[in-house]
Amino acid sequence: MSRFVRAIVGPRVPPAEFARRPVRYALPTLIFMAARVLLIVSIFFPYWHMELDAPQYPNGLFLTAYCNLLTGDVREIDGLNHYIGMRPLGEAAQFERAAAIYMIIAMFLLIEGAAFIHSKWAVLLAIPAITFPAGFYIDLFYWMRKFGMNLDPEAPLSSSVKPFVPTVIGEGGIGQFKTYAEWGTGYWLAVWAAGLIVVGFLFHMRAYRPLFKKMKAGALGA
Amino acid sequence: MMRGSKVAGARGAWRLTLVGGLALTMLAPEAWAQQPGRRRRGGGAEAAPIEITAEQTAQLTRIANDRKLNFDDLMAAAKTFMPSGRHDEYVLFASGGQSGQIFAIGVPSMRLLRSIAVFTPESWQGYGFGGDTDPVRERLRINGRDVQWGDTHHPALSETKGDYDGQFLFIGDKANARLGVIDLRDWETKQIVKNPLTLSSHGAAFVTPNTDYIIEGGQYPTTLGSSYAPISEYKEKYRGMVTMWKFDRMKGRIDESQSFALELPPYWQDLADAGKLASDGWFFVNSFNTEMATGGIEDGNPPFEAGASKRDMDYLHIVNWKKAEAAFKAGKAEMINGFPVLRLSTLASEGIMYFAPEPKSPHGVDVTPNGQYMVVAGKLDPHVTVYSMEKIKKAIADKAFSGTDDFGIPVLNFDAVMEAQVELGLGPLHTQFDDKGYAYTSLFLDSAVARWSLGGEYDALNDDRPWKLVQKTPVQYNIGHLCAAEGDTVSPDGRYLISMSKWSVDRFLPTGPLLPQNFQLLDIVEPGTTMPVIYDSPIGVGEPHYCQMIKADKLQTWTVYPEVGWDPHTQAISPNAPKSGQEGVTRNGSQVLVNMTAVRSHFVPEHVVVNEGDTVTWRITVVETAQDATHGFCIGGYNINLSMEPSEYLEFTFVADQPGTFPFYCTEFCSALHLEMAGYLYVKPKDAGAQAPAEGSEAVASGSK
Ligand SMILES: [Cu+2]
Repeated sequence: MSRFVRAIVGPRVPPAEFARRPVRYALPTLIFMAARVLLIVSIFFPYWHMELDAPQYPNGLFLTAYCNLLTGDVREIDGLNHYIGMRPLGEAAQFERAAAIYMIIAMFLLIEGAAFIHSKWAVLLAIPAITFPAGFYIDLFYWMRKFGMNLDPEAPLSSSVKPFVPTVIGEGGIGQFKTYAEWGTGYWLAVWAAGLIVVGFLFHMRAYRPLFKKMKAGALGA
Repeated sequence: MMRGSKVAGARGAWRLTLVGGLALTMLAPEAWAQQPGRRRRGGGAEAAPIEITAEQTAQLTRIANDRKLNFDDLMAAAKTFMPSGRHDEYVLFASGGQSGQIFAIGVPSMRLLRSIAVFTPESWQGYGFGGDTDPVRERLRINGRDVQWGDTHHPALSETKGDYDGQFLFIGDKANARLGVIDLRDWETKQIVKNPLTLSSHGAAFVTPNTDYIIEGGQYPTTLGSSYAPISEYKEKYRGMVTMWKFDRMKGRIDESQSFALELPPYWQDLADAGKLASDGWFFVNSFNTEMATGGIEDGNPPFEAGASKRDMDYLHIVNWKKAEAAFKAGKAEMINGFPVLRLSTLASEGIMYFAPEPKSPHGVDVTPNGQYMVVAGKLDPHVTVYSMEKIKKAIADKAFSGTDDFGIPVLNFDAVMEAQVELGLGPLHTQFDDKGYAYTSLFLDSAVARWSLGGEYDALNDDRPWKLVQKTPVQYNIGHLCAAEGDTVSPDGRYLISMSKWSVDRFLPTGPLLPQNFQLLDIVEPGTTMPVIYDSPIGVGEPHYCQMIKADKLQTWTVYPEVGWDPHTQAISPNAPKSGQEGVTRNGSQVLVNMTAVRSHFVPEHVVVNEGDTVTWRITVVETAQDATHGFCIGGYNINLSMEPSEYLEFTFVADQPGTFPFYCTEFCSALHLEMAGYLYVKPKDAGAQAPAEGSEAVASGSK
């Protein structure tokens, strides 16, 4: 291994040292592993829900967003939205939904890499997963704002419903509808994953920083 | 690196999560993603138990006194009132009599839920208003003539093991000897079959315990096939009949090719009922005019009403339909008017039918829930006569016959088969049952409902002595049929009872000389002598005859058609249903095809141009999935009106023989912009030929998106 590669990948744990303190060295790996599992599992759970309540819909209308899919009463909501000139919801975030699964696989692999790298560079690989929940929120807000603010001025109700920014989380309203939006299980799993990665890095630092320093000092030269 | 097993284990788990995780992502099925969202609201909240304060009692008393209500009235109101949004416990399917419809009524509120058009065109449901080739109009045609009404008598819910299963509903048309089949998923009539042998059938519809067959019993004999025959040849040529219509549950249709009839003597067969449990495999038909009186009051003969009531006894027809089915399958039926008929000689020789004497001119025959007893109501006799299936079987085995009738059918000894006679009052007609060992019989002349105790195994269910009248409740007035909750099944509920009172006289505000019937609700929950009338419900459409009451939760009713483009005639997605983006008008010679979609609040296209004389086929898909988002579609002047329910596919064809400009519009107030949901049909006159669109399949008008 070249000196440069070693500086990035960081020191390996000598077997004797690992045998002496297995928990210290295994812990960051295990925490990253847990984060990776959560991230994968989150694919199967909704990231975001919105319920729309109006007098003539006593059971409410529902939108459910998975990381790669928008389901629920999309047809009905699109039908209603045409009155105010909103574009069909299926046109929103098409790229993001198509890429979501691959992005999560990529994050999964990057965290695997982060567990392998025993230097501060590991943080770089984990940044996508750590910032993923925030990114999801920003993207959701972007699309909702874009759709709410770009209403067709020729739509039947354009004179009574002006462009607006829909409420991304919490209670909102439009026309006779009250909207309630909240994060779904999938989103919280992604948040937990991000949190675990941060915690994992504390243990990562505790385990490998001393070794890294020693390596720099040449004590552990190959 | 040959370390401790812990390390190797950690590495192994690591790889496992990597491979497993990747595999999981590949599997990520869309099906997983179809879980419905949570429901914040919905479902009628049950009211918490209440306590009425002294102050509230005073308020209630004041209102009662202002409105002149006594305590029983308040109790009746409390038992029947349904708060907004609360659903009834039962659904009553009532014949609509001469209106040719069925009414669905909620019990105990007695609120009319809707009507179902069967034998009569009905415009709200778009039934029979779909252009020149409407299958409904075809269905309502008899021998080339539009017969646009029916005399609906007896609805029959489909049964599984003798209990209502909530899947189908059948009803007979007495005037024209037809049967209608209604699918209770969408509450629409799917089929009408016409009996080729006769023109009148009263004993329909009654189903066998698993709905293998629907029984249609006749009424006024004619020749089989209703050809001309003078009354002087009555005994030789006129015949009664009962038809076994085979029901194909998978297809939801009567299979005419598997159906057959039984030739009966020219008595006037009346009501029927299928056996169950102890009497499974049998059915029973009453008769009157075994005198074979031929009337002729104009010639000084006794009128039918006298001639047909002369003898003291008529015949209960006891039919082993399983044997009849076997004889039919063995090829022992004869084709008459294209329909297989088991002749009387076969019925006698195969031991298919027996007669039991019954007091003269009875009306209803009703089988008890356990199938053990047949209750025959006297009509002109103050008794009901109860026959025992056990005794009937024994009498047949012992050949305890008093002889045969004129047509060779063995007549069982009355004493050998009769279990009991119970004197109830004047004019007993029909009987229903509860779960406490009581029977309920309508008394037409007494205008009352009689509760009486059954014997045999039912004796243990109550304190009353068997076969005794227990209580009579007056009803207003002239009760015909009655109906207890699931009261003609193997497991009656013993809850509510409907008195189908034919005369209302003074019960309601005057409505001119034509008065509504009165459906009266009786509370039969309390045992013993209390059985109050708790609601009067005017039925201002037709003269209903029979009804059945099913627990509402047995119905598996669709709230919306399962998928967009659904054809209710086939209960499947139609390959012809235009999808969004496929709309347009195409021409092939003088055939014009309109592909249209409808959604709140527009049709696509909104302009349709055709030439005078074109045959126009118009296909519409309702691109809606929300409950109750129903549209209509009418073309004034062309007698077209459709009910377009969410996701439904509709097609109609007409000849554009009337030139002009015809607005079409949505006839249901579907949305705030409902009035804007309209368009124009332009029929160019022939003499404006030069402007006519060229032939071929080019679009001549299209409002494509
Ligand atoms: Cu409409």
